[in-house]
Amino acid sequence: MPIAEELAKKQKEISIAEFFERNKQILGFDSLTRALITCVKEAVDNALDACEEAGILPDIFVKIEEHDGEYKVIVEDNGPGIVKSQIPHVFGRLLYGSRFHSLKQSRGQQGIGISAAVLYSQLTTGKPATIISKIGEGFPAHKIQLMIDTKKNLPRILKDEMVHWKKKSGTRVELFVKGKYVKHRKQSVYGYLRSTAIVNPHAQITFIEPDGNKIVFERAVDKLPKQPKEIKPHPHGIELGTLLKMLKDTKAQKLSSFLAREFSSISLQKAREIVKVAGVEDVSPQQLKLEDAKKILEAFKKVKIMAPPTDCLSPIGEALIKKGLRKETMQLSPEFISTDTRQPSVFSGIPFMVETGIVYGGDLPKEERVEILRFANRVPLLYQEGDCVITEAIKNIDWRRYGLEQKGGKGIPYGPAIILVHVASVNIPFTSESKEAIAHIDEIEKEIKLSLQQCARKMRVHLSKKERRKKAKNKFLLISKILPELARKSAEIVGKPTPPIDDVITQIMNIVWIEDEIVSKDGVAESRIKITNYKRKPQKFILYAEIPSKEKIVEVEPQPLEVRERVIKWNVDLKPVEKAEYVFKVKVDDEEFDENNLYVLGIDPVNVIGAEKWEGEE
Amino acid sequence: MSALEELRKVAEKIYVDLLNSRIPSIELPARTKSNIVFDERHRVWKYGKQNIKRSAVTLAGAYMLLRTIYTIDFIKEMIEKNKTSTLRELYYISESWGEAKFNSQDESDKLAEDLEIITKKLREDFKLRPEEDGARVIGDIVIEEVTRKGEKRRIHCQDDVGDAGYGIPYNVEKEKLRFVEVNADKIIAVETGGMFDRLVENRFDEKSNSVLVHLKGQPARSTRRFLKRLNEELNLPVIVFTDGDPWSYRIYASVAYGAIKTAHISEYLATPSAQFLGVTPSDILNYDLPSDELTQEDINALKAELNDPRFQDDFWVNEIKLQLEINKKAEQQALAKYGLDYVTDVYLPEKLAEMGYEI
Repeated sequence: MPIAEELAKKQKEISIAEFFERNKQILGFDSLTRALITCVKEAVDNALDACEEAGILPDIFVKIEEHDGEYKVIVEDNGPGIVKSQIPHVFGRLLYGSRFHSLKQSRGQQGIGISAAVLYSQLTTGKPATIISKIGEGFPAHKIQLMIDTKKNLPRILKDEMVHWKKKSGTRVELFVKGKYVKHRKQSVYGYLRSTAIVNPHAQITFIEPDGNKIVFERAVDKLPKQPKEIKPHPHGIELGTLLKMLKDTKAQKLSSFLAREFSSISLQKAREIVKVAGVEDVSPQQLKLEDAKKILEAFKKVKIMAPPTDCLSPIGEALIKKGLRKETMQLSPEFISTDTRQPSVFSGIPFMVETGIVYGGDLPKEERVEILRFANRVPLLYQEGDCVITEAIKNIDWRRYGLEQKGGKGIPYGPAIILVHVASVNIPFTSESKEAIAHIDEIEKEIKLSLQQCARKMRVHLSKKERRKKAKNKFLLISKILPELARKSAEIVGKPTPPIDDVITQIMNIVWIEDEIVSKDGVAESRIKITNYKRKPQKFILYAEIPSKEKIVEVEPQPLEVRERVIKWNVDLKPVEKAEYVFKVKVDDEEFDENNLYVLGIDPVNVIGAEKWEGEE
Repeated sequence: MSALEELRKVAEKIYVDLLNSRIPSIELPARTKSNIVFDERHRVWKYGKQNIKRSAVTLAGAYMLLRTIYTIDFIKEMIEKNKTSTLRELYYISESWGEAKFNSQDESDKLAEDLEIITKKLREDFKLRPEEDGARVIGDIVIEEVTRKGEKRRIHCQDDVGDAGYGIPYNVEKEKLRFVEVNADKIIAVETGGMFDRLVENRFDEKSNSVLVHLKGQPARSTRRFLKRLNEELNLPVIVFTDGDPWSYRIYASVAYGAIKTAHISEYLATPSAQFLGVTPSDILNYDLPSDELTQEDINALKAELNDPRFQDDFWVNEIKLQLEINKKAEQQALAKYGLDYVTDVYLPEKLAEMGYEI
């Protein structure tokens, strides 16, 4: 809001060009590299929002060309298009259409909009912006060239023609800008698009770099995210200035009806209670003074008010974050990805929720700081990492407990990992208008920490499983290769027959060894569990294998003791050195099933490699 | 018992363990700094009582046992066929041993030493010889060597050799080498080739009536054994002249007290009466020698020496502390600062006089 107010005030005195020049940093155009990223970002954010609102799976094309030291930025989408009369306003006026009181999880909250990019283009190259848009089949496509009249903050149309465009519908923006194109780092157009692709797995993004290199971020899921709902402000999050403006703008006749109508979580009855506690007369809101507004704010604190609704948020979801991460880190072949989505929570009356993901291992650099991917409402945050509550939350977790390196258990950890954090909210509390860092709100930090710890626990379990598996592999090599060879060769030197070694094998192993693998094919995952008793005595116990759900089972071998909703139960009875195999097949669709969770009961778990102790109901 | 019988006993232990359903294992002394103790009788440092157990219960242990068995088999074959091999050849031979193959020559060298320790035999008994050639000798001494043709040849180590000197063979035992006559009254063992050559060129062997022996850095077993025999059989004192840094002090320690790696044969290799001449940290100050700053590795090595039982006497503790304090090290050849003859005209005579040798 400060920008808007400032702009509104100053608009009379100075041109928007001057305003732009003074506020370059806030607007995201303070360096040549960042300016180019911001132009792409504004256009792509708009494109994604437009497609999603229209229920269209986004197919976005981004191309950057270099022409005599200038860059031509082209962003094209398959969205619903923009009606001709609106095009000049959307692209040719700063802050047009900004919804000041709207509380909705949307990308548009960030940045100042595509018109800032148009202005930047015009100020640095003197060239107009070209927009082509088509609103549906049978409609003509309009091609408009425009500039912004910086004195009046109004669009000036240079050319307006109808063209043929094969696309069913969509919008294409072309801008000439001064910029600097960089590769191979997070703060780059590529880095921004890659991050965008991770948290928008429903979008297909094609990117052509200035050198002609083509990169396609493939769509990973054919389902659009749930549309976030718009909600009214909650009394706990409201500031005095906003309240005064709302009081002025409302059409409500009385204060009580104003409260009930303009705020969430307030019934008429509650509104009357607030009016009474505030000690203000229930008159027309326009008649109220500053003092009254202050009293109302006080009353908001005293009266018990329900938390705001949280169904207005649209999370990406654990499964989709996993898909997005897997798709965009495929070339690094990470060994493990874990994700977590928290329940919505509230700070100062504003609903928000946190989602996280951790990618571990593979070709990720082992000695370097972990990579942090920060997102607010599905938009990547590329700058001001150090000022962000996400970074702070990461620093305040003791990552050593989860298998990463960290000096003194504080600070950004080191190791082969990528940490992703997404904060979704109807009103992201940014530290400044540049909207690159989320402010330090205790509730948000706590949620981020809880979520990351959940992810990290899964990673820890995976790592210790891996460690145990490696140990088991070593033991297996020992008993299957080295020991027989030792027996043969020593007998040969001594000149006697090779001694039997089964007994020594059981002594060396002295465990029940469980190995498992999952092979997925044609929508069916086959899980094979092999158990060998390397103890010196017969072993009898119960094996539990987790399954996605009972109705997805295709086959179970051998006959289980019981099949429950989430688990299969077998009886195991093995003599020394005896082996047995347990198999089940399940249908898998959207849900991933790539790691078995095995448990045992009726045997000391220290005697078992490959399964944990069953803690559930017998 | 012959080396062959001793080795067979090792294989038998593993075989019998397996036969009796025991996890096979062998025990040997821990070869670490913390497990060397002073042997009063021989006045050398030897392994103490800490034993480690190599057991097939771990993969690494099982690999070690398998390699041991294969190495024993290989040595057995060499003894039977009357062949020898170098330690390097042993490493390459293991390429064909499948799972028992060594990962590096370090492993095979160490195993050969392990077998010496277990069987109380020398690797020469196993027909294994080192790659390293022995060092060079110049001085007034006559040596009788049995050549590979089986002839006895007498060599005067001044008159019968070139400027490179007499080369010490890998086997310096009595059946190979005999000292016939000696007129020199002491031995000066020199660390670097450059300094050895300087002393030779300046004819310091004649001037000081010494046998000059080039150590070539950390001296080979044969060099140490050669010094030990000269000292024991001819009563010649051994004086060690090295660079002034922590690594050179270890060279002296291995000559005088025995090396940690070969502590099982210290009484056979070490010359407890060997004296350290320099370059000492005090020399760096007293002679104002050109010097370098200590590196972090140097500092760590010096600190490790302060904890090394072999360096626990006043001389070494004081010198090492002094060196850490001045943070300097110097090479032998730094003495050239005062001219090429300074080392033979001034430094060595002065230092030898301090030690009671008049020149």
